[in-house]
Amino acid sequence: MSEVQKYDSGSATNIERPISDPGIEPHRVRMTDKSEKHAKTAERQISFMFLVSIVGAIIAVWGFVAFPIVGGDLSATRNNAFWMGIGMALSLLGIGFGAVHWAKTLMPDNEVSESRHPARSSDEARAKAIEIVKLADGESGFTRRKLIRRTLYGALAFFPIPAVVIFGDLGPQVGDTLKHTMWRAGTRLTKDPTGIPIKASEVTIGSVFHVIPEGLKDLEEHKLEEKAKAAVLLVRVNPGDLKEDPEKANWSYDGIVAYSKICTHVGCPVALYEQHTHHLLCPCHQSTFDLADHCKVVFGPAARPLPQLPIAVDDEGYLVAQSDFLEPIGPSFWDIRK
Amino acid sequence: MNPQKPMRRRPWALGVVIFLGLILSGGGYAAATQTFEAEFGSPEQVEEGRKLFLANCASCHGTNGEGAIGGPSLIGVGAASVDFQVGTGRMPGQASGPQLYKKPVQFTEEQIAAMAAYVASLAPGPAIPPEEYLRTDGDPTHGGELFRINCAMCHNAVGAGGALTEGKFAPALDGVTEKHIYEAMVTGPQNMPVFNDANLTPEDKKDIITYLKYVEENGSVGGFELGSIGPVAEGLFTWIFGLGFIIAITVWLGAKAN
Repeated sequence: MSEVQKYDSGSATNIERPISDPGIEPHRVRMTDKSEKHAKTAERQISFMFLVSIVGAIIAVWGFVAFPIVGGDLSATRNNAFWMGIGMALSLLGIGFGAVHWAKTLMPDNEVSESRHPARSSDEARAKAIEIVKLADGESGFTRRKLIRRTLYGALAFFPIPAVVIFGDLGPQVGDTLKHTMWRAGTRLTKDPTGIPIKASEVTIGSVFHVIPEGLKDLEEHKLEEKAKAAVLLVRVNPGDLKEDPEKANWSYDGIVAYSKICTHVGCPVALYEQHTHHLLCPCHQSTFDLADHCKVVFGPAARPLPQLPIAVDDEGYLVAQSDFLEPIGPSFWDIRK
Repeated sequence: MNPQKPMRRRPWALGVVIFLGLILSGGGYAAATQTFEAEFGSPEQVEEGRKLFLANCASCHGTNGEGAIGGPSLIGVGAASVDFQVGTGRMPGQASGPQLYKKPVQFTEEQIAAMAAYVASLAPGPAIPPEEYLRTDGDPTHGGELFRINCAMCHNAVGAGGALTEGKFAPALDGVTEKHIYEAMVTGPQNMPVFNDANLTPEDKKDIITYLKYVEENGSVGGFELGSIGPVAEGLFTWIFGLGFIIAITVWLGAKAN
């Protein structure tokens, strides 16, 4: 027992032998204090920095006047911003460096020790404070009148409830928007950005089309939100290269497959397609999907395959969706497998 | 007053019509034959190309271009493929690996044209693009939009290139000729996908080339571009020089004057 007490793990320092107060370090006389020549040099350096500051301000004004920002000419902005930035930086840094150099070399540098005042109030002040609290309690009857006290507690508890209700109504509810996109049965696959429908015969082997659903181009509102969910990559591979699940075999058309372009990791557009390996690479975190094998993850942090859009061909030969995606696109969230 | 017969009813009119008809059809045929030859090469050129092919390409691509263990079939790849692969020095390949590199061109223009004519004679494929789509007077704004949608994910927004998987990469596009850019789009060399004329029309391709040449010639608007490769180079610069400057100032502020 006594052994345990000897090595009390609760104290980090050895109280019996605390570190002695090192005191103030010895004063070191500066060169500028010792010789007038060095002081003069420092004086010139400081005023030089202030002069640099003046020159910087003039450069900034010159840059603004000499390189006016011309509408439509982006390169004009470059010179304007460059010289304004250089000038203003010199102007501000000149003052700052000059002031610091001045303080360090020429202003007094005597070390001064100033003790912290204690955090604890004096006994009289503490007694006085307790007296005031007790007086207020007695006069208001806070402790004595229980009904008032308890109903006040109740009122304070109920007061924030309206705020909670109001905050809960901020913005639209997520609802099932995470689970659906613009694709419907019969929606034509169209080219991004023109919205021109794509014929199956136009998608030659090795081709990649960047696809948006028909009608997206003409949306009045939430166009980017819908595009971010519905963007699709359309690729035709040699049908013999596809490894298709029997129940998904009719989701493709003669080697043409369509997959969501939104990475299942954190939602970057996955569109780096390699024609011969059939690998799709996400540029953000290098998740790699095997397009020939239902976009299974072959490398990287993505946890589930890219959702496939089931496609078919309509009477006029255009590619259409058989339905919406059958699982949510993009990053996984709480009630999704994995 | 005898009404005059119309010109076309006169006896000699038939002779004139026959004469004109013969000139038009014969001339038209001659003109068509000429285009045919210009597109597919004369028999001598094809023969010259076949000899060059047998000497330089057949060990990998087979003696009839049907492909072998070392290389893919060239049947149907078209003249554009040959012009791109040999014209940028990628072919003949130097060593097998994840990707063939651009290197000094091994053949003269006539030799490349002859081999292109030979490969084009095997089966129809993408032809060498006509001059009118290789001029840089298209619409760079439209070209830029198409480039960002179709190309920028691999080649970078201003064509600085980028990494792919397992040692492969999308090369930088500055300094690549207009013709080779066009040919790469229609043929999809190595792991690049194909962008046929239904996907990007010849006009679209011309706009993309215009955009690439515009960014190549006009430089970066936002200042020193650090290779245009984005956050890695820019972040490294900021960490080393920006933070380094701040640390240097902090040390100087805390140091006593000498």
